[in-house]
Amino acid sequence: MSRETIDCKRLLCPMPVIRVQDRVAEMLTGDELEAVCTDPGALSDIPAWCRINGHEVIEMRSEDDLYFITLRVGEQ
Amino acid sequence: MSIQRTVRVMQEQGIHVEGINFFTGFCVEGHTHAIRKQDRDKPKRNNALWAAEQLGIKLHIIDIIEEYKDVVINPKHGYGANLNPCLDCKIFMVRKAHEWMKAHEFDFIITGEVVGQRPMSQRKDTMPVVQHESGVEDRLLRPLSARNLPETLPEREGWVNREQLHDFSGRSRKPQIALARSFGFTEWATPAGGCCFLTDAQYSVKLADLWESRGSKQYEMDDIMLLKVGRHIRPARHFKLILAREEGEGKFLQGYKRQYPTLKVTSHGGPFALIDGELSDEEIRQAAAIVARYSQGRSANEVTLEYADAGGQARELRVKPAAPEEIPAEWVL
Repeated sequence: MSRETIDCKRLLCPMPVIRVQDRVAEMLTGDELEAVCTDPGALSDIPAWCRINGHEVIEMRSEDDLYFITLRVGEQ
Repeated sequence: MSIQRTVRVMQEQGIHVEGINFFTGFCVEGHTHAIRKQDRDKPKRNNALWAAEQLGIKLHIIDIIEEYKDVVINPKHGYGANLNPCLDCKIFMVRKAHEWMKAHEFDFIITGEVVGQRPMSQRKDTMPVVQHESGVEDRLLRPLSARNLPETLPEREGWVNREQLHDFSGRSRKPQIALARSFGFTEWATPAGGCCFLTDAQYSVKLADLWESRGSKQYEMDDIMLLKVGRHIRPARHFKLILAREEGEGKFLQGYKRQYPTLKVTSHGGPFALIDGELSDEEIRQAAAIVARYSQGRSANEVTLEYADAGGQARELRVKPAAPEEIPAEWVL
């Protein structure tokens, strides 16, 4: 199992989702991916994308103006 | 709205559907809410994701920013009322969907189009153009209008029952709303067309100005993002100012301070501004006077600003704010 981080700072919706989607496509079931975002819209969009596509959000937190969303890759 | 009903009509016939959402860079939704402070507390929702979740389908969001430039710059079928190349856009997106369909071994494409609903891309005479020029031909099914259109492959093959499809036409959404309600939908996503900046007159003026000032119809993603933000003032062909109208925009524009020279009012409350162009010292002072005009020191004899170049070298400027007549209306885009 691997854990990666992608930088989605300054990207506006839906680009953070696209970055996450494209990265997840290269990952394996059980891997974890943390997206670091500045668009607060990512807090609803990335979890919505995960629910639709069978991935699990395991952590969401904010620090100053940054939003950290971590997901675990599901079956694909 | 149309796509939710369209998908449900297919699901009622047992068809497996997955969604494709293309991101052109010109989508209205989300960006202005994300940028403007006054909108940041509003609930955020990407309509495509929301609709997919309501329908229980997978959604694939595809970045077409680069390829889409040619559609915007050289539309074979021309523009609509503004810089909206709707017919070329529809052809391009159906072509991309067709490529995706073949790559992922799907059988046909559905869209929420209705004959006569849109002035360019959804006319009885232009809908076959979309099928033909996209290359999809009879693998494109429009379930809401199918009975007004020639039979398609999925209908002929019996994959889909034509009798259970619809014959909607025209601009009225009443029958479609009734169908949506019959499926139990109480909310729906923004209709197509209403969510593209290229259909917006003011945005189109700013994009046309950008092309005119550069002498060519080119753009980068940052250009089209910046056209969505702030007050744009062009005192001369070779320079433009982008002034934040509120705190959220100021914060967003500050993200570009390593790409553009900036002006910031320091003696009073005032907007953060980007300078697009190469300016002489005299023009920098003119730019500062304009920015000062939009500050709380607009009536003061002198306003202090910080000018910083893109390398971060800063210096102080003291200027008299421009008088209203020194900023002609035609400068404000």
